[in-house]
Amino acid sequence: MEIKLKLNGSNIVREIAPDLLLIDFLRDNKCFSVKRGCETSNCGLCTVLMDGTPILSCSLLAARADGHEIYTLEGLQEEASAFVGFLADQGTDQCGFCNPGFVMNTIALLRENPDPTDEEILQFLSGNLCRCSGYEGQLRGIRAFLDSREG
Amino acid sequence: MQRTPVNVAIDLGALGLDTIEETSEEFSIGAMVTLRQLEQHEGLNSYSDNAIKTAVQDIIGVQFRNMATIGGSIWGRFGFSDILTVFLAMDTYVELYKGGVISLREFSGMKYDNDILVRIIVKKKPCKVIYDAMRIQRTDYPVITCALSCIDGSYRAVIGARPGKAVVVEDTGILSEGITEDSAEAFASYVASNVRTSTNMRGSAAYRKHLIKGLTARNIMRIGGQI
Repeated sequence: MEIKLKLNGSNIVREIAPDLLLIDFLRDNKCFSVKRGCETSNCGLCTVLMDGTPILSCSLLAARADGHEIYTLEGLQEEASAFVGFLADQGTDQCGFCNPGFVMNTIALLRENPDPTDEEILQFLSGNLCRCSGYEGQLRGIRAFLDSREG
Repeated sequence: MQRTPVNVAIDLGALGLDTIEETSEEFSIGAMVTLRQLEQHEGLNSYSDNAIKTAVQDIIGVQFRNMATIGGSIWGRFGFSDILTVFLAMDTYVELYKGGVISLREFSGMKYDNDILVRIIVKKKPCKVIYDAMRIQRTDYPVITCALSCIDGSYRAVIGARPGKAVVVEDTGILSEGITEDSAEAFASYVASNVRTSTNMRGSAAYRKHLIKGLTARNIMRIGGQI
């Protein structure tokens, strides 16, 4: 079947198998920031934005992206660059495997709620699992970024 | 998803069932409305005293809730369902393509068939709702779910994740003289003794009984404004 979508700002048309998952479609199209983790909708590694909304690409057929706009971290480098340095300063990216999904969901959080409380940050990012850290570093990094804007 | 054999798949995503319509009489919730939409809908959460938001907010994560639908949750009638629990606490109906409109309580006891769930309807009766659940940790499946409501003066407890699917226990008059610590304890004991629990990896049957009693008593006091 044929699908048409906008991927990271570019209109593309592709012929796909009806059962192709979005994560495989994206990696086939060189979006290697999209990581394969639990494949059961639990870990958040494969987070991408569909029409601006964070979703899990491991649990969506690529066919459902037909007519929609998908962004991966490859297309949001500039937006991410505003805060990823603060995360790095806190040593949050230890193995780094969860980072792209975490950064994508943080972008979604800050678009929806530019000035979140700590509880709102934890609540919004609770679907992004990290096995290296205790999440405190991520929280400190985002808080440092938010505080730097106020300064 | 890829490994499940499916003979015919029909995408119902374009039927326009992804909206919540509110009138003075009811909420009409399309089957494709996401859990995140429920979480963020001001009208629904104002009506339910934020019980719906509370029930939804610990389900996996935001990304999952942007994809999971109320139709999937209600149709599945899953034992662990926070959604089934909280909607059973209200005056809720389901509209089936073939079966028409029936109460959610009746639907929850039906066997699976090939009908299609079109929408969920919540009647705006005067209602107070409290929702609570016990989880080993945030975003995990619940050990027990517990909703309590007062609809037109009648109290109802809904207990799910027993680990079987949610069941409704109506007050038989224990709370008719008003809510006190004693009547709350008595109703909580009545609920616990009328709900069958069993053991799985998240908790024992006895632990679940203990939780039902504690959460129900607390919820009664909360709904009565005592705490």
